[in-house]
Amino acid sequence: MSAEPVTASSTRRKLSVTLLVGSILVALVVLAALVSFVWTPFDPVQAVPQDRLQGSSVTHLMGTDRYGRDVFSGILYGARITLLVGLVAVGIALIIGTPLGILAGMRGGITEEVTMRGADILLAFPALLVAIMFGAVFGASTFTAMLAIGIGSIPGFARVARSGTLQVMSTEYIMAAKASSQSSWRIARRHVLPNIIGMVVVQCSVSFAIAVLAEAALSFLGLGTPPPVPSWGRMLQESQQFLGTFPMLAVWPGAAIAVAVLGFTLLGDGLRDRFDPKLNGDR
Amino acid sequence: MGIRLLINLARFVVTYVIATVAVFLFMRAIPGDPAQIALGVNATPELLAKTRAEFGTDRPLIVQYFDWALGLPTGNFGTSYVTRQDISPLIVDRVQVSLILVLLAMVLALAIAIPFGTYAAVKHRNPSGIIVSGISQVGVAIPNFLAGILLVVVFAVGLGWLPANGWTPPGEDFGDFISRVVLPVLALASVQGAILTRYVRSAVMEVMNEDYLRTARSKGLGKLESLIKHGLRNASIPVLTVTSVQLAALIIGAVVIERVFVIPGLGSMLLDAVGNRDLLTVQSVVMVLVAITLIINLVVDVLYTILDPRIRKGA
Repeated sequence: MSAEPVTASSTRRKLSVTLLVGSILVALVVLAALVSFVWTPFDPVQAVPQDRLQGSSVTHLMGTDRYGRDVFSGILYGARITLLVGLVAVGIALIIGTPLGILAGMRGGITEEVTMRGADILLAFPALLVAIMFGAVFGASTFTAMLAIGIGSIPGFARVARSGTLQVMSTEYIMAAKASSQSSWRIARRHVLPNIIGMVVVQCSVSFAIAVLAEAALSFLGLGTPPPVPSWGRMLQESQQFLGTFPMLAVWPGAAIAVAVLGFTLLGDGLRDRFDPKLNGDR
Repeated sequence: MGIRLLINLARFVVTYVIATVAVFLFMRAIPGDPAQIALGVNATPELLAKTRAEFGTDRPLIVQYFDWALGLPTGNFGTSYVTRQDISPLIVDRVQVSLILVLLAMVLALAIAIPFGTYAAVKHRNPSGIIVSGISQVGVAIPNFLAGILLVVVFAVGLGWLPANGWTPPGEDFGDFISRVVLPVLALASVQGAILTRYVRSAVMEVMNEDYLRTARSKGLGKLESLIKHGLRNASIPVLTVTSVQLAALIIGAVVIERVFVIPGLGSMLLDAVGNRDLLTVQSVVMVLVAITLIINLVVDVLYTILDPRIRKGA
C-alpha cells in the first residue's frame, strides 16, 4: 500500500507500545483499588478540621480537602468505585447487546425490527439520563448508577454488532457459505463473529471508558455514589468552589479519571490491532 | 425511497409512543400521592380531594397517561405538582439554550474531527499522524466537565479573559452571549472532537484496506485522490452512525456542562426537578430529551438510506 516496506516486527513493536501503555495505566488503577483494601495513608472519610486545605507535602502527597481529608487516600479508594461500576456496566451491555445485534443482522425481518426498535428506544435513553431517572425515583446509589450505565450501554453493542453483521452478510463468502448450506449458527460463529470481533472489542473499550466517565459525571452531579464514600467525580465537584485558590484539588481527581479512561481506551485499541487481521498484515 | 421514508416515520412514531409509556410507568414506580406530598401530613381530607382533582391524580392511571402523552406533541406538559407552575413555557425557554450549546459544539467537533481523523488515517505510519491520534486518544479520556473546569481555571480565573459562568441570550446582548458561550462550547466540542477523530480515523483506515481502493490506486490514482473519489463515501456510513449516537451523548453531556457553567438550559431544569422530586417536570423534560434524540435518529436513518445503495435496495 505505501512506499516504505512494512515488516512484521515494526508493526508488532508499534502495537505493543499501545498495549503496554494501556496495560500499565489500567494496572495502576487496579493497583490503587487493591492497595486501598489494605492500606491508605489516612482514613479517606475522617474529617480533620485543623488540617484543612493543605498543599502537597510529604505527609499529604496530594494535599487535603476542605474537611482536612487526605486527597491521596480518597483517590486510592475512589479507584474501587470506578472499577466496580465499569465492570458491572460493560458486562451487562456486552452480554445482552452483542448477541441481539448479530441475531438482528443475520435474521432480518421481524427479529431485526423488534431488536433494533428496542435498541432505538434504549438509545434514546443514554446512560446518564437513565441514571438521572433512577435518581429521581429511587434516590442515588452506586447500584443504580451501574445498572443505569449498563442498560444505557446495551444499544451501542447491539448497533455495532448489527451494522458489522450487515456488512459481512452482503459479502461473497457469506453467499458461498449459504450456497453450501451451512447452518446459521455456523455462519455466525465462523464468518460473522470473527469479522466483527474487532468492532465489538473497540465498543467494549469505548463503553468501559464511557462507564467510567458516566460514573464520574453522576457523582459530579450528586447522583452516583453517595457521600461519605470517596468517588473521583464528587471530589471534582467539591473542588469547584476552590478553583481560584486551590486548583490542584480539581487536578488530582481529574487526572485519576483521565488515567483510568485513557488506560482502558489504549488497552482496547491495542487488543483491537491484535484481533483485526486487516490491520495486522496490511495485506 | 418514498416507502422507506414512510417506514422510518412510522418507526419513529412507534418508538416515541413506547418511550412515553416506559417513562410514564417508570415515574409511577414508587407509591405516593402527589397531593399528599404537596400539602404535607396535616392536610384535611377535603383539601386533599380538592388538590387531587386539581392535579388530576384522582383519575385512573390510563386516563392520566393519555392526558399527559397527548399533551406532549402539542407542547402542553401540564402543571408541576411541586412549583404549581405551567411546565411548557419553561421548557420552551430552556430547550433553546440547550440546542444552541449542542449544535455549536457538534459543528465545531466535526470541523475538528473530519480533517484530523482523515489525516491521522492517511499518515498512520508517520510521526505526525501518530501524534494526532495520540492527542485525540488523550482528549477522549477527559470528561467534558473536567475540560470545562480546566478551561475556567485557565481562561476565567487565571487569565481573566472570559466570564467563568452565566448565560446571556443571543438576542439580548450578542457580545456578552459570545463571551459566555465560548468556554462551555469549547468544553463540549474539544472532547467530542477527539472522540469523533478516532472514529473518522478508524473508518478511513478500514476503507483504505478495501480492494476497490487498491484497484483505484493500481489504476494510477494518488492516495488522497482515490480516497476522496472512492473511500470517503464508504467511510461516511460508520461515521454517520457514530455521529448520531454522539449527538445524543452531547445533549446529555450538555446537562453536566450546564451545571458547571450555571447555564439555564434543559439540563439544569432536569437536575433542579430531580432535586425537588418534581416528578412531572422530570418526566416531561426526559421526554423532550428523548424526542430530540429520536428525531436525530430519524434524520440519520434517512441519510443512511441515501448514502448506501446496498441498504437502500436490500433491507
